[in-house]
Amino acid sequence: MTNAASSERTADVQEEDLRRVWANPTGWRYWTSVNNTQIGLWYGSAAFIFMLFAGVLALLVRLQLAVPDNDFLSADMFNQAFTLHGTVMMFLFAVPIFEAVAIFLLPSMLGARELPFPRLSAFGFWSFALGGVFVCGSIFFNAAPNSGWFMYPPLATDKEYSGIGADIWLLGLSFIEVASIAAAVEIIVGIMKCRAPGMRINMMPLFAWYLLIVGGMILFAFPPLIAGDILFEMERMFDWPFFDAKRGGDPLLWQHLFWIFGHPEVYIIFLPAIALMAMIVPTFAQRPIIGYSWIVLAAVGTGFLSFGLWVHHMFTTGLPQISLAFFSAASEAVAIPTGVQIFVFIATMLAGRVIFSLPMLFGAGGLAIFVIGGLTGVMVALAPFDWQAHDTYFVVAHLHYVLIGGMLFPVLAGIYYYYPLINARKLSDRLGKIAFWLMFIGFNVAFFPMHLTGLRGMPRRVFTYPAEVGWDLLNLISTVGAFIFATGVALVVIDILRPKHREPKGKMNPWNAGTLEWISEPEENWGVRSIPIIKSRYPLWDQPGLIDDINKGRFYLPDTQDGRRETLVTSVLDADPVQCLRVGGTSYLTIISALSLGGVFIALTFHWWLLTVLCGIVTLGAILIWLWTGTSEIPKRNERDIGLGVTLPLYVSGPASVGWWAMFITMAGDGTAFASLMFGYFFYWTIHPDFTAGLPGPGAGWPIVAVALFALAWLAMLLARHANANDRVWMARLSLLGSVPITLAACLAGLAGPYLHDMQPTVHVYPAIVWVISLWTVLHGLVAIIMQLYCLAGSFAGRLTASYDADLRNVMLYWHFLMITAMISFGVLGLFPEVR
Amino acid sequence: MRLIPREVETLWTLFTGPVVWALHFLACYAAAAIYCAKASEAPFSFDALRLSLFAITVVALVAILAAAWLSWRQWGFGSGDPPHDAPTRHDRLLFQGFATLLLSGLSFIAVIFVSVPLLFIEVCAR
Repeated sequence: MTNAASSERTADVQEEDLRRVWANPTGWRYWTSVNNTQIGLWYGSAAFIFMLFAGVLALLVRLQLAVPDNDFLSADMFNQAFTLHGTVMMFLFAVPIFEAVAIFLLPSMLGARELPFPRLSAFGFWSFALGGVFVCGSIFFNAAPNSGWFMYPPLATDKEYSGIGADIWLLGLSFIEVASIAAAVEIIVGIMKCRAPGMRINMMPLFAWYLLIVGGMILFAFPPLIAGDILFEMERMFDWPFFDAKRGGDPLLWQHLFWIFGHPEVYIIFLPAIALMAMIVPTFAQRPIIGYSWIVLAAVGTGFLSFGLWVHHMFTTGLPQISLAFFSAASEAVAIPTGVQIFVFIATMLAGRVIFSLPMLFGAGGLAIFVIGGLTGVMVALAPFDWQAHDTYFVVAHLHYVLIGGMLFPVLAGIYYYYPLINARKLSDRLGKIAFWLMFIGFNVAFFPMHLTGLRGMPRRVFTYPAEVGWDLLNLISTVGAFIFATGVALVVIDILRPKHREPKGKMNPWNAGTLEWISEPEENWGVRSIPIIKSRYPLWDQPGLIDDINKGRFYLPDTQDGRRETLVTSVLDADPVQCLRVGGTSYLTIISALSLGGVFIALTFHWWLLTVLCGIVTLGAILIWLWTGTSEIPKRNERDIGLGVTLPLYVSGPASVGWWAMFITMAGDGTAFASLMFGYFFYWTIHPDFTAGLPGPGAGWPIVAVALFALAWLAMLLARHANANDRVWMARLSLLGSVPITLAACLAGLAGPYLHDMQPTVHVYPAIVWVISLWTVLHGLVAIIMQLYCLAGSFAGRLTASYDADLRNVMLYWHFLMITAMISFGVLGLFPEVR
Repeated sequence: MRLIPREVETLWTLFTGPVVWALHFLACYAAAAIYCAKASEAPFSFDALRLSLFAITVVALVAILAAAWLSWRQWGFGSGDPPHDAPTRHDRLLFQGFATLLLSGLSFIAVIFVSVPLLFIEVCAR
């Protein structure tokens, strides 16, 4: 009896400790929080506000088109409105909202106390918020981008037409893409390495499976756009003619790079929304999902196939018909995994006893709409049909059926479903039902007629139309529908915002769901009170007493040590505990680095060079301080008792560590951007009989010297790592120090080729692409030098030793990628013109 | 002693089929795009290109079949039925095998989809 009483007292003390360590700061310092659940909420709210803003723009567009020959908006304001509408919906709502939901839900869903890089999430959020406000704000200064959300050159490279809007688009969104890649790193590493012990990959919640795939897709989809943005901005800023046909460039390259990003993006948006359905459907069928493995098939299959579809946005650009046919075939094939998911949901509902709740209503309504969009998708995937429908309102109807049915409705289902996790209360059932029917009916009234306006030949993006062509009535109906739809959205907003503190709090897990995210308590910041051992796909259904055991602190990590925030790292396949990871706490550094990086992009937009450099220095400084003070810290003790008789190391390095994986994932994305630049090089080779246009190249000599020097530096780094591991400290320091000038020489040799051969990047696209690839590689070399010096400083400061060598091993991984980049870039630049 | 161990302890094998599909797709797209852009200098005919892409298609299909067979073996040749949701290493392996088998099936079909144009389209563009 006394034993039980004393252990209860211990548990109370532990709970207080835990609460204090994970508490958010108060007052205005609240905004320096880095807790993932907090960041997820901010992220989601910001994305939702951007969505409402873009929705208002859409209403303006619809008002203008309600009647023929309307002058409600000027042509230019109309162009700004529809461009910003598309841009904001895609970049500031659809992608971020899923990152937000993932960051919010994943910790508790995986039974983790926290994801591995909370500060990175905060950094991503602040980048996103600043970039978003910058892009959205431009319309109030009549300076918004106005050439469509895909920014096709030559329209968008025409400075007289597009003004500063195109720069705002390119730089503002590049900045937001940084945030997306940061989120992808956090999500992938979190899912692979931070699941609760026992949660093997065959028991992972389906949401996590989807998000894992989507994270991977981001790594291969966003970098091509970043590469495209670089080329585009170089053309706008310095007149390098990448897309100027007169000087050997080609606008089609932009279309390729944009859609290699743009088509997978549709699935990056769609899969997480379907992932929400994969969590909701089993709850309301009150049974496990039927066909778990089939959902995995669908997620992975769609993820891959979605990269073989991009040219179906380019069917009318005059590409060879055989190319069109490949993409048409792949576009039809992707219907298979997409369909599988819907059949899995139907089968699960048939096998269970469905409770028709509000989330199910939104989900089912959304899927019905999505299926119609999918069917018109199969139509436009056929090249001959697309030649007729391309650039008409038929496509507008198609894409809204897909995105609103496949994304917006499921997200709303998710909001109604998960709201109790935010506020411990449900949203109003009655308001929700009215909102759903207004939205469902309004949507169809607005968008179904657009199929017909399109078939009647109305082109997209016209700001008005004459009365006699037979589009009047259909457009008027669409406008009425849009406003009905907007009323529904407004009801949802009212429901979310109305004060609820007078309502009694609901019970935990109000829908009787089976998955772990429902153990999360809205008032607590610690993710989970103790990290459970998982034995089922639906632990809350199958493991009786689980919630009680978790909340009484009977599992792992029920306490804190040294006042640090800690989470558990487990193995990829079987989720065996491998490390107790100390994660970053509250910090200003994330905000400072995000805002100063934002400053770099904003200053670039207005060509304020000095400010750009200044902000760049602040960013670099902030990131270095962040790394120095917040990562690879050597713990006081090597090991930590995490409870239940398990002791784990506090410090690991190499492939066992989360930092190594973050580097690997980042560099995979970086490598994709590089591959996109190389794609550009060979693209120019294919379109010209002589792609050098008779101009001098960098020659073979200097590029080969550059590769040799990079190889030498790489070997010196290998030696440094090896010596360090064997505790030969001075050898390691000398190698590190020696590799710095070699790397610098390699960079200079890389630039010597184009410089000494007087290659003028503004004359023709050939010198321009050679310069841009050389600069890319050299820039990576310079970053490598910073890393080398950082490791050297670490060695002198005693932060880098034989057994604590995470920094050096991560830098070595960077060097492997850099070596491949250097070999390919200088190898191709030097040798390809000789051998072709 | 087996050439390929029965139990592969990695997540990567799951992606074998789709990766083969991606490589096959890239090969078809790149070969056709380069050929059609440089048709005037090409030392061989479009039909020769189609034939070699057919050969690549056969290689891809065989590779996917091999991956499928391995995953079928990992799945115990269908000896146990899904859902494979027990908290054991054994069930985790069965799940991996089954999921890989399903993905091999999808990849097989997708490769055939992409190779169909090779059958019907006889010129780059008309």
